[in-house]
Amino acid sequence: MKLKKNIAVSESGLLFNPVTGESFSVNPIGIEVLGMIREAKGQEEICAALIERYTADKITIERDYHDFIDLLAHHHLLERHEEE
Amino acid sequence: MSKLRYERPVIKKLEGGMPNKFGIRSEIQTVTHIDGNGVKDLIKEYGSPLFVISEKTIRSTIKKARKAFEARYPRIQFAWSYKTNYLNAVCSIFHQEGSWAEVVSGFEYDKAIALGVNGKKIIFNGPEKKEEDLSKAIQNDSLIHIDHLDEFYTIVELAGVLGKKPRVAVRVNMDTGVYPMWDRFGFNYENGQAWDVINKIMHSGKAELVGLHCHIGTFMLAPSAYAIAATKLADLALAIERKYNHEIKYIDLGGGFPSKNTLKGAYLPGTDTNPTFDDFAEAISSALLNSNFKKDNLPLLILETGRALIDEAGFLLGSVIANKRSSTGRRNTIIDIGVNLLFTSYWYDHKITPAQSFTHYTEETCVYGPLCMNIDVIRESAELPLLNRGDHVVIHNTGAYNLTQWMQFIALRPNVLLIDMDEKPHLIRQKETVDNMNGMERVPEHLK
Repeated sequence: MKLKKNIAVSESGLLFNPVTGESFSVNPIGIEVLGMIREAKGQEEICAALIERYTADKITIERDYHDFIDLLAHHHLLERHEEE
Repeated sequence: MSKLRYERPVIKKLEGGMPNKFGIRSEIQTVTHIDGNGVKDLIKEYGSPLFVISEKTIRSTIKKARKAFEARYPRIQFAWSYKTNYLNAVCSIFHQEGSWAEVVSGFEYDKAIALGVNGKKIIFNGPEKKEEDLSKAIQNDSLIHIDHLDEFYTIVELAGVLGKKPRVAVRVNMDTGVYPMWDRFGFNYENGQAWDVINKIMHSGKAELVGLHCHIGTFMLAPSAYAIAATKLADLALAIERKYNHEIKYIDLGGGFPSKNTLKGAYLPGTDTNPTFDDFAEAISSALLNSNFKKDNLPLLILETGRALIDEAGFLLGSVIANKRSSTGRRNTIIDIGVNLLFTSYWYDHKITPAQSFTHYTEETCVYGPLCMNIDVIRESAELPLLNRGDHVVIHNTGAYNLTQWMQFIALRPNVLLIDMDEKPHLIRQKETVDNMNGMERVPEHLK
């Protein structure tokens, strides 16, 4: 799973898709997740990193991770090669 | 190293288009306490969901209303509208504050009597007054507001049987320039129905006509409509005096003042737009003072406002059951408060606040109740922070009608608390149990 090419993410959480011209705001933990996706980390690795860093249990983090990925897909921001 | 507070990752599309001419949305605030009591602690002790009523807010609101009217008109009497909230503790607060009782059924009448309200200070309204209820009201010298001619003839008959002269008022409906015009209750002003019943009462000699009453609508946003109503009733009272040399003791303008809730479809929040007690008091008092009543002969002005006096004192506390996404990607949050408890969510966009700290990230959220019914929607669209399962929420302005119109549907009704002036909580209505429900049922022998 990859973010689409040319997607720009600022440190302050502004995400811009130059293909569609759409802008998005992302919260800090969302930026972290996007960063890890860019580093080609997979679900297990990302969730483990979040569990290590935040006060939430594995189930919550995994559920919210999937929700976030679904939203990225909903906004057409992902290239989901593995799934396709 | 200590861990960071968790917030779920979220991405939100930034919408362009026309900016809102009224500026950005109001910031959501956390409401962690109600009159000094922690929401979390209250839920832990009394369960979720939980109705909480603030005695402080009730007393300060009725004082504000009284001040607005008493400053402008010399003779004011409030009558507590039982149907708005007839929990005994709530009614007792209003009676302590000097309000009479305004009831619309035999059940409510009996409640008022059981609370020790003097029968002479009970106003009996409504289209259905059973003979036994009317008999009680006549014997107790209550104020009976006649809704239709059938009722008038029943009263005349009962008066003969009981050997008493009932004190009655005529409920009048009228055009006050607002839509829809309420004409289902009482007798019409413009077409002469009101005069017809007044003449019947005066000629019968069997009842004492003491007042004129109207109730022009609900959640009225135009004080000017009350000014028209007051003017018409004043004219009617003066005409009765001229024709029969009979003094009308009071004019009852009913209720209908809005609370601070926001009606669905309203462009701006109710807190910013809905008229205040001062606005209504100014319109009504001016109309009565500008009429031709003599200075020393002004009628008593009775007000039966309910919603505006109790809505803000009611809070409904609940918890998040789950979050999910709709097919369009919209966030759906399910809470344990359904339309069975929050009847008013059908016509208000109730203010919902989280009861724990959160960041400034929000998401457009549809808030569903817990019922297995498609219509169980508390807010179709609310900009809410990122609530997690188990988080608590506070729904505001829920004191009016919800505790009388709530339904025992699918689930049992929860505890109701009153937080007193010293910020001490009191359980004023116990949550229902399965035994309560089953206790009223009977299964025929052949089905056992």
